[in-house]
Amino acid sequence: MSGIVATIIAKYNYWIYICLMMIGLYAMITKRNLIKKIVGMNIFQTAIILFYVSIGAKRGGTIPIIEHAHGGQSHAVEAVHYINPLPHVLMLTAIVVAVATLGVALALAIRIYNRYRTLEEDEILSRIRGS
Amino acid sequence: MIWELDMAILTLVLFCAVGAITVKDLLGAAILFGAYSFMMCLLWAIMGAVDVAFTEASVGAGVSTVFFVAAVFRTTRRTKD
Repeated sequence: MSGIVATIIAKYNYWIYICLMMIGLYAMITKRNLIKKIVGMNIFQTAIILFYVSIGAKRGGTIPIIEHAHGGQSHAVEAVHYINPLPHVLMLTAIVVAVATLGVALALAIRIYNRYRTLEEDEILSRIRGS
Repeated sequence: MIWELDMAILTLVLFCAVGAITVKDLLGAAILFGAYSFMMCLLWAIMGAVDVAFTEASVGAGVSTVFFVAAVFRTTRRTKD
């Protein structure tokens, strides 16, 4: 029993990541306002970024910058002391893609509002069926 | 990684996320989403991902909030849920 509790406590970042992901999915599925759906989509994306950055983190590790890189003395680099920078680089791309999708989604929401004068999904559907 | 600070900011992130999708005002949702993005930025600075942290601070907390506020200004603040 204490082994399970210790595992849950040691991996708390991943549990919070799952909670954030489900919050985003809930907002995308059940909210009827289009802006709320877009906020849910962004929460989903940042939850995935949190997961990847948590993979690369290490206890007691420092940021992945080598000191005296161009100095005279040469020394061996031990990768154990540095946080893994590969997930960070991948997630930089994901942040840029997230803001691009956000811009496109908000532009579409503004166009929908200009045409139907509402942002609620059910009202938009009733106006599409009505006219 | 300081785990007490990590835990405190993770709970703040959860509260900001729940607040951003439950508040009945779209401008409030936009500002709470900006707070959520900034808490995420602090979290990544704690975890040692400084490049992701400053990209998130400028793009996520800055540009995304401006986009949301501009979209709400062009449309409406009213929401039913």
